[in-house]
Amino acid sequence: MTTSDAPPVAAPPLPSLEPLRLIDDEGRRAADSARAGFELPDTDTLRALLGAMVVGRRFDAQAGALAKQGRLAVYPSSRGQEACQVGGALALAGQDWLFPTYRDSVALISRGVDPVEVLTLLRGDWHCGYDPKAYRCAPQCTPLATNASHAVGLTYAARRKGSDTAALVLMGDGATSEGDAHEAYNFAAVWNAPVVFLIQNNEWAISVPLHKQSAAPTLAHKAIGYGMRGYHVDGNDAAAVHAVVSRALAEARSGGGPALIEARTYRVEPHTNSDDPTRYRDDAEVERWRRRDPLARLEALLRSEGDLDDARSAEFASRAESLAESVRTRLAHEPHRSTDELFAHVYAEPTPALRRQRAGVREAAARAERGSEPNGGR
Amino acid sequence: MAHHTLGRALNRALRDAMSADPDVVVYGEDVGPLGGVFRVTDGLGAEFGEDRCFDSPLAESGIVGTAVGMAMYGRRPVVEMQFDAFAYPAFQQVVSHVAKMRNRTRGRVELPLVIRIPYGGGIGAVEHHGDSSEAYYAHTPGLRVVTPATVADGYSMLREAVESPDPVVFLEPKRRYWASEDLDLPVRTAPMDRAVVRRPGADLTVIAYGPTVDTALLAAESLAEEGREAEVVDLRSLSPFDDETVAASVRRTGRALVVHEAHGFGGFGGEVAARVSEQCFHYLEAPVLRVCGLDIPYPPPHLEEFHLPTVDRILDAVDRLQWESSWVPGADAGAGRPQAPRTEVSA
Repeated sequence: MTTSDAPPVAAPPLPSLEPLRLIDDEGRRAADSARAGFELPDTDTLRALLGAMVVGRRFDAQAGALAKQGRLAVYPSSRGQEACQVGGALALAGQDWLFPTYRDSVALISRGVDPVEVLTLLRGDWHCGYDPKAYRCAPQCTPLATNASHAVGLTYAARRKGSDTAALVLMGDGATSEGDAHEAYNFAAVWNAPVVFLIQNNEWAISVPLHKQSAAPTLAHKAIGYGMRGYHVDGNDAAAVHAVVSRALAEARSGGGPALIEARTYRVEPHTNSDDPTRYRDDAEVERWRRRDPLARLEALLRSEGDLDDARSAEFASRAESLAESVRTRLAHEPHRSTDELFAHVYAEPTPALRRQRAGVREAAARAERGSEPNGGR
Repeated sequence: MAHHTLGRALNRALRDAMSADPDVVVYGEDVGPLGGVFRVTDGLGAEFGEDRCFDSPLAESGIVGTAVGMAMYGRRPVVEMQFDAFAYPAFQQVVSHVAKMRNRTRGRVELPLVIRIPYGGGIGAVEHHGDSSEAYYAHTPGLRVVTPATVADGYSMLREAVESPDPVVFLEPKRRYWASEDLDLPVRTAPMDRAVVRRPGADLTVIAYGPTVDTALLAAESLAEEGREAEVVDLRSLSPFDDETVAASVRRTGRALVVHEAHGFGGFGGEVAARVSEQCFHYLEAPVLRVCGLDIPYPPPHLEEFHLPTVDRILDAVDRLQWESSWVPGADAGAGRPQAPRTEVSA
């Protein structure tokens, strides 16, 4: 029997209203007061963060270009949010899982997923191109916040099987309004699940600004009501995101329970290539955020401290360029379509009705194939 | 042989499934110390520990969502939705994730999980406790949607659902929880994706599932007294659908009646009728008729008897199966199909 007179649990401290940061806007080490006890990651980590952000931004630009050329069905850009996605992904250990959304392509490639497999969804070839178990990355999730509870269940199951797997859930500011976000936060806290929820607050849910989304002092404050730790972080500071996510993951893994991190950033590009942001926001606002570029900030710090030279910079750029070239080359050909695959993964075995439909579609595809030949296939 | 109710048989199935596979976990609202509001999980927490059977927060989407994650990591969750209408908050998880994960990931991630839902009316409960929600799930590719009508099937189909590599929505006809049979457990019946003939008959086919199978069998007894032999087919699996068994029966009898508690409009009976028409058209002596719940929100308990299919409503529908106009293709004009008047549509 459980009792209702258990002693009250100590409430976690309130997140700071000012986002904590380790590097300021000008690329200098942030003042102690802004660091909230966090230390700048070591130089190797900082260089790895910058390298992954350079690669991520080039990938993002390449994907955007492919979308404009009609080679991708759609592309939601990560530009401006590299510090969140790279800082989060690189904080994960090998056995950990990442639960991304459709906007988190840069997080996925930073985790090591084949970039072409990342684009399978957005190219329209299939829904998820990579093997989630091989990369320990769940499929990119489109219905917002609905994969957050998956992370809770997965880590809970892993712990019961003796693994210290933790999970990082990426979500946006808009997604925090969803009921599924609430349910996932609550389950995670009640089950003490080793999950870190990283909210990339990029100010806009397509066209809806944050103040129409939430009246909370910060989104990080939401953590308190669930009894979990909340952190409010500068999302354009890759060092800060990496440090806070790393600590939250370590605490979660050692039984400290879940954490909710709000990273303040900005969606510099339109929602997707088919969006028109001039209908709802000022260019001046976008310009302000472009000047707070997360790559420039980290690069300035590394250079000013003598930890980055032109050779290393050129190496990052060349890695980025070869990835972009490889993506272009590999996506240059028309996709291979298999109508049989439509029926292959509905159930473990196709049902009799699906086998009949498969035969019908095979025949229709063959007819279309013959029809496209010069003599109509006759 | 021992006396078992459906509720106890389901409980035994869960217990045996948990013994057979340490990855099977059972959770939901009030399924722990209370044993579930219908006691289907009674004693499982005590026997297997709180790690294997436990109470979760009161949030159905979270329950199903966490089950998705557990199944991704190799567990076999069996979650309980307390009542049919309380499962709706989980609909997004069921439709967008449970049903699609295998497909989205090209078969790399499968979700062997079971969502148990007590459904249907007839227990005198107030609103939101009597919905027949099967069509919502059956309409969703990737789910197996099954419903037992007998005690033996309750045990066998639940064991098979837990063992299935596909996600299963397991609909338990709540007013049959206390129905009992003498049988030995464990028992294995027909595979869960097959329909079975519960009673053979040559004159018409009554197609039912879950709570209405027993009603159909009672109606068949009355019909027998009138000299008509009804064949009763228990679908058991709504999706996938066993066309073979259903069509074979209707081709033998030439008449078909579908009985379910859910509203008729847009209901599962429409799918059954369409399939029977497509596959048995030349064997049919009459249109396929449906005996369903009324097209109203589930009524308050004092009025539910007018909503639920009864033996009388089944008998009335059987009378409307055009017994007077039997025809044989190719026979004399007098016995032929009546000429249908052309319908003129005025502008």
